[in-house]
Amino acid sequence: MASMRDIKRRKSSIQSTQQITKAMKLVSTVKLQRAKGNAERSRNYFSCMYDTVSSMLAKAGNIDHPYLRAGVSDRKAVIVITSNRGLAGGYNSNIIKLITRGELAKDQLDIYAIGKKGKDTLQRYGYTIKEDYSDVIEEPAYGDAMRISAQVLKAFTDGEIGEIYLAYTAFKNTVSHEPKLIKLLPVEAADENASEERRDNQAPMNFEPREEEALEMIIPKYITSLIYGGMVESVASENGARMQAMDSATSNAEEMIGTLELQYNRARQGSITQELTEIIAGAEAIS
Amino acid sequence: MEAFTLRIITPDRIFFEEPVEMVEFNTTEGEIGIYPNHVPTTVIVAPGILTITQADGQKEAALHAGFAEILQDSVTILAEVIEWPEEIDAERAEEAKERAEKRLASRTPETDVARAETALRRAMARIEVIK
Repeated sequence: MASMRDIKRRKSSIQSTQQITKAMKLVSTVKLQRAKGNAERSRNYFSCMYDTVSSMLAKAGNIDHPYLRAGVSDRKAVIVITSNRGLAGGYNSNIIKLITRGELAKDQLDIYAIGKKGKDTLQRYGYTIKEDYSDVIEEPAYGDAMRISAQVLKAFTDGEIGEIYLAYTAFKNTVSHEPKLIKLLPVEAADENASEERRDNQAPMNFEPREEEALEMIIPKYITSLIYGGMVESVASENGARMQAMDSATSNAEEMIGTLELQYNRARQGSITQELTEIIAGAEAIS
Repeated sequence: MEAFTLRIITPDRIFFEEPVEMVEFNTTEGEIGIYPNHVPTTVIVAPGILTITQADGQKEAALHAGFAEILQDSVTILAEVIEWPEEIDAERAEEAKERAEKRLASRTPETDVARAETALRRAMARIEVIK
């Protein structure tokens, strides 16, 4: 049986760990509230953007534009959004699993990393890291998304890459987040039914300039909004995941402290009993 | 007078959502003014001033990038960058204007003329809207 002192030391170490996890949980709760607000506010913009682009694509069905077909290169770009910090449960590893266990061949991928954790891990697995934008995930701004999308689109139009994907964690609610891999380019024809419905209840849409040119200008904005949306949702998911991880760490610590408390009391009682036995035995020996 | 709904949405907030009588702004094809019952059109925004006319007066904002979806009873502007006059830093706008002018004046083959021009137009829209 462990000595009383050992048990005591162990208990106090767990107690201080518990204090840390508790504090981290509170911090991520606050951050989550803010990130959730951001994610919800950006959703409006994104859904309008999505509607417009889908209706344009539905209308521009037979337009042959470079953004609508795969490039000649067989290389694929993946924008991977993870966090800069760990201790967020399965948040980062779920995204990485999405890449490593997905259908995308390792040697064809160019990784555009947002988030240090994802970058480091994928680098260790031998993936090509093309760019690293890890500092933007701390405070995602629309300007950052514009910069990233401009760079990725340039690589696409230059023919360096043929397809662009985005890996991020979709934020459904505080406890449920889903890692997602979506294709950004070439833009896939939108859901037919949705666009049909939209067309029915509205007069036909005109474009100024013509569809091709309008598409040329709107698609980059669309990609930017997807990247921005991915960033804010991922930040919200990260904090949600960390909050959950820290919550369960705190309650695990609670449980361990309880067990140790019991062990400590037993050990203390044991030592008192032993001492008494020794005193009585000694007294008997004298008389 | 008849009114329609104008919604201006930016990536991080709903900038404006109220009934208006007329809205004017710059597009890549030139300036346009929209009254209710406009023919459905999608236009691309060019940097300039956005003027909103409501029953109780006019409002202005500097609109820099985005696109607008015009329907008969509503107009939705998806603005990447838009600012109310009180949000604009006058000094920064002046500096940006000078910088862009200098870049255009001393142009070398490496100068990104299109970018400098957009920067200049943005700065001018900002300066004009605070006046």
